[in-house]
Order: sequence, then structure tokens, then C-alpha cells
Amino acid sequence: MTTDKEKAGWLKRIAIVGADESDEIGMVPHKGVLQQHSEAALNALDDAGLSLADVDGLFTAGASTLQVAEYLGIQPTYTDGTSVGGSSFVIHVEHAAAAIAAGLIDVALITHGETGYSNRFRKVSRAPMDPWFPAAQFEMPYHIGGPPSTYALACMRHMHQYGTTHEQLAEIAVATRKWAMLNPKALMRDPLTIDDVLSSRWITYPFHLLDCCLVTDAGGAIVLTSAERAKDCKKQPVWVLGSGEAQTHWTLANMPDLTTTPAAISGPRAFEMAGVRHDEIDVVEVYDSFTYTALVTLEALGFCKPGEGGPFVSGQRTAPGGDFPLNTNGGGLSYTHPGMYGMFLLIEATRQLRGECGERQVADAKLACVNGTGGALSSTGTLILGAD
Amino acid sequence: MSDQKYPKPLPTPSPETQRFWDGTKKHELWIPYCRSCQKSYWYPRDFCPHCGSRDVEWRRSGGKGRVYTFAIQYRAFHPGWTSEVPYVTALIDLDDGVRIFSNLVEVEADPKALRCEMPVEVVFEDVTEEITLAKFRPVSE
Repeated sequence: MTTDKEKAGWLKRIAIVGADESDEIGMVPHKGVLQQHSEAALNALDDAGLSLADVDGLFTAGASTLQVAEYLGIQPTYTDGTSVGGSSFVIHVEHAAAAIAAGLIDVALITHGETGYSNRFRKVSRAPMDPWFPAAQFEMPYHIGGPPSTYALACMRHMHQYGTTHEQLAEIAVATRKWAMLNPKALMRDPLTIDDVLSSRWITYPFHLLDCCLVTDAGGAIVLTSAERAKDCKKQPVWVLGSGEAQTHWTLANMPDLTTTPAAISGPRAFEMAGVRHDEIDVVEVYDSFTYTALVTLEALGFCKPGEGGPFVSGQRTAPGGDFPLNTNGGGLSYTHPGMYGMFLLIEATRQLRGECGERQVADAKLACVNGTGGALSSTGTLILGAD
Repeated sequence: MSDQKYPKPLPTPSPETQRFWDGTKKHELWIPYCRSCQKSYWYPRDFCPHCGSRDVEWRRSGGKGRVYTFAIQYRAFHPGWTSEVPYVTALIDLDDGVRIFSNLVEVEADPKALRCEMPVEVVFEDVTEEITLAKFRPVSE
């Protein structure tokens, strides 16, 4: 007989055994999307002590699994191209864990690659939307704009409802930059002050330029396998202890409450499955497409109450040396953000739990919470990861 | 106004939304309503997304509501909007019980002139011979 908890949770049955970026991230105009995928895949497999021949499950977003599998020279027997924005790769972890637990695959490879920075020079354009789609009829004629404007609409409501301030948002940008200054792979490593953030130009009110993430080129990959197979891998396993997935809307008019995110659904699922409390978490990696995204995600996950995110992050609490280590790689705000950043949350959480982070290492990190956000605050994936 | 002169993205009415666009052309705002669960919903569909019923109809809106939230756009993401920046995007809570996305017009694109919960009313913009957009302007309390 299995207990309820064993039935519900992944316990220590599924492990992340490999994680890495591509060879070069940041501004990499001489490499394409599939090169970013493949370099990261090879690096992550090497990190695990595995090879492409071991991979039987492939998970990716953006590029299709057909494109990535062929480029890698593999013929997977299980694929998942769930593509719900920057949260996709975090959600892939839950899907991969389910496939491994069901015995359908042994080794799952999740890859990411984007050239968000260089696309503009190569004139890479997005496929046009079907003009009958609701967003094409009821958002585009009013020029809704890109993510800066949808997230700005959400942030404005949060500011109105709870009194959240520009200064509180800037606290996150500054704290995240301090982490980036400790990460040699981060793109933005110059010191930053709250005044710098507040005096940067408006992109979309209420967001200043420095409330917004970077647009870079990058690739990343992680490798998962069963506890049994993990014994043969090179490094200590990072356990998937709990997972949750949620989505609430596509068009912003259909978002149930603009002051929260679907992490209010995926978060409790992950925490309950893992059987851990918030105060047991050592390090938190959440999507920071904008300063506001990180702030509202902390509320939605339950690290503080709705509306209390502003006071919660004040006084550089999330910076190195603060009592709430957040986005320790420097985040999408200062390290890298190629478009769908979720993969890089996974890589950093894995490294922190392995103790590989050098200057920015959070002491004795044993439990991490990861939350990816995608679309217009539309979808989330939450994970609780743990080291032995 | 001819289509050639309107440089911004235009909506393409679909069979299930045509009634809405026919309405705006006559300077009327029509919203889908579910007779089964007795709620309005947005955007137009041939069934109710609240309860799944197909027993739905169109009801004319009074066109009044409040700003749920807004943002001021300082960049044009489409060349047709270049001369318009800064402009205001907003979600409007109509008194009819639905939230719709639109622009705020006849108001300065300045944080001092704008606030959540400010009362607004619909105003119709005939942008081509075929298409009229429903936008919103502030009104006094």
C-alpha cells in the first residue's frame, strides 16, 4: 500500500541530473536558435554524464520537437511541445516527471534556444495571427502592444488596489542587479541604484526601462531521470519534490483578477505535493519579466499576503545578504532573458542546490522554489526542488 | 475614410462576431448574454463560457462603465501608431457586467489625468467605411 502522500508526490523518484546554458549567451548574433538548443543539450548531458543516445524523451517550446530532434540527430519515442510562454520549460518538468514515473521513458531532455536579441537584425518575424482570433479582433485594433503593456495594465491595478509604489518595484531591480554582479555569465553587471531605476525612461507607464527584462540570445537545457538511473550520473541528484501547473486566460480581458497570477493555483499544488512549508525554502527563483512579475509572484505563491509584496521586498530583502534570496543568477532583469526565460530558473535552482554557485552561493541551500510565468500572466509552473 | 488611409491594424469580423461589428457601425454597443445563467460574457461566442449553454442572445449595452486599469504606451509596436504615442490602453468594466479592452480617448495620456475606477462612456470611432471601433472617454461622476 502506498500512502496518500506517496501517491500524490514525486517524492525522491525523479531527479534533475544535468543542467547548463549554451556555450555563449547574451548577444550572440553568429549563432542560430537550433545551435543554442544543441549546445545547451550537449552541455547539460555532459553535466549529467549521459549522452544523446540515452535520451528517449524530448521536451521543448518555441521550436518544434521535430526540428530540435532532427538537429540533435535523435529519434525520441516520447515528445512534448507544450508551448505556453516562458513557463513552458518549468511545466515540461512536471510532464517529464510523469512520463518517467509511468515508465514511458528513462531520460528526459528539455531544451531551450532563442535569439531574441539578434532576431531584429536578421529580420525574423513572428507568424501573423489568424485574423478571426479573439485577440486579433478585440485587442490588436486598440494596439495592446507587447508584454510591457499587458503586464503594465496588471501592475497599475495592483498599485491602485494595494498602494504598491514605483520605489518598491525598483527595490527588486536593484537587488537582482546585485546578484548579477556576482554571476560572470550575467549581461548587466554595473551597479544600479533605486534612483537609476526611477529616472530611467518610461516604456509603458507604470514601467520604467529598468523595470523591464533584457532581450538576449541564449540557450539552456536540463536532463531528468529516475532515482535509480540517477545513481549512475556524474553529480548529486536534485529531486523534483513537488510540481504544479495552471493557466487562467489568454486575452487580458478574461484574466480573472489582474492583481494575482495562476501561481496562486500551481503554487499550493506544488507545496502540498512536496509537503514543505514556505519558511523551509532556502532559495527562490521566479520569472522576472518585469519587476512587478517577481513581486506579484511572491504574493501568489504565498510567501506574503496579497498586496504585501511591496513592503515584503523593501529594504533590499531579496539581495545578496538579505534574508530572502531571490533570483540569484541576476534574473531576466540583469542576467539573461531571450524571450521565454523559464529554463534559466531551472538551471540556477539546480546549481544552487548542488552548491555550485561560487560567490553567489546561498549557504546550505537544500530546498528551492521555482515559478515560471508565461503569456500575459496567463500560465504558470511551480516546482519544489530539493537536495539530499 | 478609405481603408488605404487607416494605417493601423483593423479587426476582421468573423461570423460569430459580425453582430457586434454591425452594432458599432450603427454606434451601438451590443454584448453577448446567456439566458441560461443570466450573465453577460466577453468576447462573442455562440455559447456561454460561464456555463456552456448555447441559449445565448445579444443585448444592447448602455455603454457606461469604469476603468478597471490602464497603461500609458510610450512606444508604437506597429508603424501605424507612431504618431499616436503616448496613448492609453485600458480595461473597462462595463455596467453590464463584462470587462473589455479598449483605448481611453479625449483625455491627456498623463498619469495625473488618469486613475483606476474613473467613470467612462463609450465613444465610436468610424475608422473605415466598414469598421467602427468602440473606445471610451472619461465622464463626470
